[in-house]
Amino acid sequence: MKRLLAVFLILAVAPAGAAGYDYALQAQAVAPDVYAFIGRTEDFDTVNGGNIVNTAFIVGPAGVVVIDTGPSLRYGRQMRQAIAAVTPLPPVFAINTHHHPDHFLGNQAFADLPLAALPATAQGIAADGNAFAENLFRLSGDWMRGTEVVVPTRSLGAGPLEVAGRRLRLIALHGHTGADLAVYDEKSGVLFAGDLVFNGRAPTTPHADVAHWLQALDQLEALTREPGFVALVPGHGAVARDAAPIRQTRAWLTWLQSAMREAAAAGLDMNEVLARPLPAEFAGMAQGSSEYRRSVGHLFPAAEIEALPHAH
Amino acid sequence: MAQINYPLSVAALALAALMSPADAAALSEQGDPLASARWEDMRRSFLADAPVLFDPRIKVIAPSTAENPMQVPVTVDASGLPGVVEVVVFADFNPIVEVLRFYPESAAALLGFRVKLQQSTPVRAAARTADGVWHVGGTWVNTVGGGCTAPAAGKAAPDWQASLNQVSGRQWSEGPNASRLRLRIVHPMDTGLVAGTPAFHLEEIEFRDEAGRRLMRLRTFEPVAENPVFTLQPGVAGQTVISAGRDNNGNRFEARIAP
Repeated sequence: MKRLLAVFLILAVAPAGAAGYDYALQAQAVAPDVYAFIGRTEDFDTVNGGNIVNTAFIVGPAGVVVIDTGPSLRYGRQMRQAIAAVTPLPPVFAINTHHHPDHFLGNQAFADLPLAALPATAQGIAADGNAFAENLFRLSGDWMRGTEVVVPTRSLGAGPLEVAGRRLRLIALHGHTGADLAVYDEKSGVLFAGDLVFNGRAPTTPHADVAHWLQALDQLEALTREPGFVALVPGHGAVARDAAPIRQTRAWLTWLQSAMREAAAAGLDMNEVLARPLPAEFAGMAQGSSEYRRSVGHLFPAAEIEALPHAH
Repeated sequence: MAQINYPLSVAALALAALMSPADAAALSEQGDPLASARWEDMRRSFLADAPVLFDPRIKVIAPSTAENPMQVPVTVDASGLPGVVEVVVFADFNPIVEVLRFYPESAAALLGFRVKLQQSTPVRAAARTADGVWHVGGTWVNTVGGGCTAPAAGKAAPDWQASLNQVSGRQWSEGPNASRLRLRIVHPMDTGLVAGTPAFHLEEIEFRDEAGRRLMRLRTFEPVAENPVFTLQPGVAGQTVISAGRDNNGNRFEARIAP
């Protein structure tokens, strides 16, 4: 009876909607031995706890390779439990695709493994990680409890990587951030694109270089034309079996870039640019209006510099 | 007239009679429409004992939620109010409250710019007409803050001083924004609130035509964002506009913006 009462009390004090801070992670099979955890196409809030990102893992003959670790310590731990529900093999290697907080703040839960990233990603995490984490505490609240920045110590570069008995192809790109790692699993034909590719959710641009991003998308699309290609896991949004999310991301970025240039060339003030409606093509895209407004702040000042000639 | 917020003074009633019913209904001499705890302090500091009217013709446009507190776009449009002599822009909850002042002279009473905000705050514009009445408009901006205590981004570049006070700009003579001028000045606009970095900011900017007639004058303070960008309507068509100014260290600039 005492135990029943205790259970009742725990249920009664659990925060509404948070269900005891359970992200309810369900591994989705992408290909044999390849799984992804697909987050919501939302922005960070205290209900989703930051589960707005895709993470993934590959079960190799000698252990599990983890690709991105999620937005919090709780997420990383729950991800590890969810992996254990799929395979008895332990995680042996974890990769951060880039330095945005929803992709690396679960590192603590994998701190016993080699944590690997491109050198500029590790530098970005070391420099900005705490500020990013503070921001997520503000946006997601207690889901973040105990989360601390763990900087990857294993440096990755472009080329083949043998790990856990699996052969991966590392593709070092940039454009979404200063260093974006895409991972291609040669055996399954699954491409992990990180945040270079969004699917059904507007891309985020706080550290974007759009011209380089578009070049990176061309490289990724070429890869999807290889005979072995099977599936694409984007950084946000559903898994795809073709290059459609690459084309969608490219269409958004191309429009965004030309919209900023046209607005600056027409002499618009930033508030007038913010007030512009989305084209019909993107009106239904998740987070479209809010990401557009953010992107104006990120990208319009550079378009202004291009549009305003030097005066003597 | 029944919808007007009483009591209004005789002068305000006379003014209301000249306005659209919707605008007249929104006129008010008391009760801050933004319900800010700082309003009375603001009124005492900036408007002293002069008559004050909350006036919907003073439009302050800014995002309700600002993504980047270092660069919050603000557009002040008082061009719907005839005879504006001076406009003061301030943010109630900023550590440095006063943002800028402008004196439209022969330009339109309109100015776009960007501002650094330290926390969520009303951003207001008070426009003084020749009769001494301050017409006040404003809007709330929510932001995560920190804009006034973060270092200027451009100073990370070792050669930032080489481009100090460089001006770029353009006038538009056709299209929907004909008669508009936009101007960008390279300047860190340091607030003095970053440890070890004294206040260093543009103070005076003026616009004049080639005959030397002044079109508009600006006084800028620390909260104006780094590398300021201004949007204005100088009120001259097809003429070169000269912009000149100086910062608080005496560095001067002068630049010609062709039509």
